[in-house]
Amino acid sequence: MTVSKIWVLAEATDGKVATTTLEILAKARELADTVEVVTAAGAEIAAEVGAHGATKVFTVGGTDGKLLGAPVAGAMAAAIESGNAPDVILMATSYTGRDVAGRLSVKIDAPVITNVVDLVESDGRLAGVVPIFGGATDVSTKFTTDNVDIFLIRPKSFAAEESGGAAASVEELTVPDLGATGAAVVTSRFVEEKTGPSLDEAAVVVSGGRGLGEKDNYQLVEDLAKLLQAAPGASRAIVDAGWVPYSYQVGQTGKVVKPSLYIAAGISGATQHLVGMKGSKNIIAINKDAEAPIFAVSDLGIVGDVHKVLPKLIEALQARS
Amino acid sequence: MANLVAEFEFLLSVLSEPQSQGMLLRMNVVVCVKQIPDPADPGALDPQTNTLKRDGKLILDESDSYGVEMALQLVDTAGGGEVTLVSMAPNGEVSGLRTALAMGAAKAVLVSDEALAGSGALSTSKVLAKAILRAGEADLILTATESSDGYTGVVPEQIAELLQLPSITFAKEITIEGNTLKVQRQTEAGYDEVESPLPAVVSVTAGVVEPRYPSFKGIMAAKSKPVDQVTLADLEIDPSSVGWAGGGQEIVLVAQAESRAGGTIIEDDGEGFQKIVDLLAELKVI
Repeated sequence: MTVSKIWVLAEATDGKVATTTLEILAKARELADTVEVVTAAGAEIAAEVGAHGATKVFTVGGTDGKLLGAPVAGAMAAAIESGNAPDVILMATSYTGRDVAGRLSVKIDAPVITNVVDLVESDGRLAGVVPIFGGATDVSTKFTTDNVDIFLIRPKSFAAEESGGAAASVEELTVPDLGATGAAVVTSRFVEEKTGPSLDEAAVVVSGGRGLGEKDNYQLVEDLAKLLQAAPGASRAIVDAGWVPYSYQVGQTGKVVKPSLYIAAGISGATQHLVGMKGSKNIIAINKDAEAPIFAVSDLGIVGDVHKVLPKLIEALQARS
Repeated sequence: MANLVAEFEFLLSVLSEPQSQGMLLRMNVVVCVKQIPDPADPGALDPQTNTLKRDGKLILDESDSYGVEMALQLVDTAGGGEVTLVSMAPNGEVSGLRTALAMGAAKAVLVSDEALAGSGALSTSKVLAKAILRAGEADLILTATESSDGYTGVVPEQIAELLQLPSITFAKEITIEGNTLKVQRQTEAGYDEVESPLPAVVSVTAGVVEPRYPSFKGIMAAKSKPVDQVTLADLEIDPSSVGWAGGGQEIVLVAQAESRAGGTIIEDDGEGFQKIVDLLAELKVI
């Protein structure tokens, strides 16, 4: 094995472990003799993470209603300083993963390598592979410190797979006094109602961009998505313009999707966007600019006006059903 | 292992003591901003150093314009106070800062030092944290969620930890009630309402406010607004702890990623949609 021990930050919702965590566990057990998880989700995830290769769960208690960055990083740093340090800590590039990694890196004075899509061996240490220039170039970077290596892993970088392990043993970590850093509390939670499949899981994704011209035209994307049982998505440009909520965003910021079919309507294909969707199995693009970078990654590209192509496409699909 | 937090502790008294009661009558907001190469220009790696080339004019990262706008609105609502920019650049570049000053920020602290070249997120945060303390009394520190060029996304939390402050990332909306900060924080499922005492660090999600365009008057005024340009020595930061020297990382390989095979690109002649229908059928989507 490349390294002796890896910790994985395990995220869970209502006792169900996040897919991103399971993806990271699959890679971690390939790289390390021992894989352990740290979680604020409690001992109830012990069976599930055990089945994915973790032998121990370190629980961080008392986090109800708190943002997790400060308490989880505090508990990890205290454990590391008491001599229980892993070689490597892996977390997802998620809201919580980034918060924990940022706090922890300062607490133990260790840098972080972020946006990692693969981990490779380099002279007995791990290097993180990070795509740049819209995924055209991969840069592999490793740490040279004598500290713990912290990597933030992009979603969908690895395939989650059970390894059939027994339930992990459980040990509670102590959260030190956080002072002001632990003072942010969640007072209420709002769930935005969405119908249809989620961007993360949909087999087909239909995304719209600036080429739609105006906010009302996003309805064309919604209509097409509905006909294909697809999830609607968006480029950063129209999220920033306020046409659709941030949760629709596909790209470097936002969601990474790998559906079997991705349809890009009026999206030019900025680096920001390509990073989030070029892993799709099939890509169809409609854009009026023949030079648009999106066509370089498309299996089928239609150089044309989305306002003409989409309504005809929708009509043709309605006629079939 | 250096105790970073202890190193900062003696400086922290500079941050604002909470005001005793009621609404804030003034609100001092520090906004961390980055000046980046124009994203319309795709950029390249310097073959010698494997870092992004930074020649050419730098602009204000669009991601930061939302934080600047939010800060200006919060100061307006409070009825007093000012917005101070904090930034770092290896080469003394100010053109991006002038844009934010033209929007209405009062002044800026720019850390400029050749030794900063190649700085990673942790080095950047150490420098920005000290620059924030130099900027004076702050009730609130705003950042973007990530820069548009480096996009590590960990700087806001690192700054908060260095300054021993509470933090709320991915803010959609910020309101101040008395000494309490109330934030709508973006989540996977929707958003959370999160509260924290001030001072605090908040990262602002792009697109949540409409950044104002600088007026002609604003642009003229920006030319004479103070930019406190400081070096690492001024901030008592050891140059070997930042930049290349302090990164603690080594690039082991730069490789072309596997590229997708080119597909069929056709000009729409009015029947382009049919090609899509055919492919959908072939893929058994319909």
